[in-house]
Amino acid sequence: MNTDVLFDPLFAEPFATGLTFAILLPLLGCYLRLRDEWLAALAFAQTAAAGSLLAMLFGLPLALGGLAAGGLAASLKHAFEGATRGAQGAAYAMLLLLGWGVSVLLVANLPLAERMGHALFDGQLYFTDRSHLITAGVFTILALTVLRGLSRRLLLAHFFPDFFRARGLSERRAHFAFDLLIAGALALATMSIGVMGAFALIFVPPLIAFSWADGWRPAILLSLAAGLASYIASFALALLLDQPFGPLLGLLLVSGGVFSALLRSFLGRN
Amino acid sequence: MSEAANELLRIESLSAGYAQPVLRPLSLQLGVGEILGVVGPNGCGKSTLLAALTGSARLFSGQIVKRAGLRLSLQQQQPPIIDGLPFNAAELIALTGATAQGLPPWLAARLGERLDQLSGGQLQFLYLWACLQAPADVVLLDEPTNNLDPEGVAFLEGVLQRRASEGAGLLVVSHDARFIDAVCTRTMRLQ
Repeated sequence: MNTDVLFDPLFAEPFATGLTFAILLPLLGCYLRLRDEWLAALAFAQTAAAGSLLAMLFGLPLALGGLAAGGLAASLKHAFEGATRGAQGAAYAMLLLLGWGVSVLLVANLPLAERMGHALFDGQLYFTDRSHLITAGVFTILALTVLRGLSRRLLLAHFFPDFFRARGLSERRAHFAFDLLIAGALALATMSIGVMGAFALIFVPPLIAFSWADGWRPAILLSLAAGLASYIASFALALLLDQPFGPLLGLLLVSGGVFSALLRSFLGRN
Repeated sequence: MSEAANELLRIESLSAGYAQPVLRPLSLQLGVGEILGVVGPNGCGKSTLLAALTGSARLFSGQIVKRAGLRLSLQQQQPPIIDGLPFNAAELIALTGATAQGLPPWLAARLGERLDQLSGGQLQFLYLWACLQAPADVVLLDEPTNNLDPEGVAFLEGVLQRRASEGAGLLVVSHDARFIDAVCTRTMRLQ
């Protein structure tokens, strides 16, 4: 096994690009899990992938297509939930089907889209360059700043919905802002670590953290630690074993999630 | 203090509900330091009255006049689902801007515990405390004695009276006639 590859400068930028998402996605995932809307992650990632393929069709930057599709998906979800009371979560299933339908049609009709479709779903982290890193870095800083401002509102709206409304605050506005944040993060993450890699990073670390933490701040930190540790381990393993990164990340996170649940059950809480 | 200066909110011939009116035309006013009890049979619109005050219900007629800059606090009858969430009692209290100072000892000792580790009564009291101690001019309570044992109810009576003496107006919806009689300065019966 050649360990020199771990320190090859060629992989420094791809590593740093993925690292930004390994920080951002587990944090966002905690708020998604709070709202029991984790399916949103898959729906937004799938829609963003379809948007990227459409952008490719028109010769536009993939990231632009992904971000536009993600923003559109968040707006559609917002409008759909406003029109259908009591159908919480149904919008995500609709978006999943929409993203899947568009992607499969494009892949079936355009030879180049087939290759790109595979890359978007499996991840293409090793092929990311400095422009990806800069975009990911700037977005992550912006997203963390916005999340810091939104955090208390999201928590208050969840635990005290009537109190929140009594204060004249708008739940729909806070949730729409959060949905846009999620959609943007997943659109960009899909470009580098792929649909399923992004989903794994936003879904599994909070799942682990929520069963162990005794408070919100510890849960955030634990989720972040789980995301970072699994990302770094997957990246190293993928290079050492010459395997695709996305599936290794997914498998490592699932193993961690199962181990955590078994240990938690053995120790006797939740 | 004049009656107008003392007034926190006034309701004039208000009919409210959702798809259809639930609350029949009603008028009331709430002043500084008052604890107004609202009683009545199921379905008469007690909770709808609170929802109308916070903007969650549709107003069909009449109006609500609030003092400029009035801050409302509302404790809901049904707390949200908290199972599996890593949120502790201290964090919950801090969310509304309340402090834990003055909590009953049986709850103060459990501030660091997750909400899903607390009993129904402890959780109910915690939510009540967070809403009652939040910075607010008017506090609306919906069935506050649900799940509370006699010790909890007695403690709550003291907290309500102290909050009123500090200048807040309280509107309490409850089926618990003994509690309403013990704590309210005025009672209104809805039909």
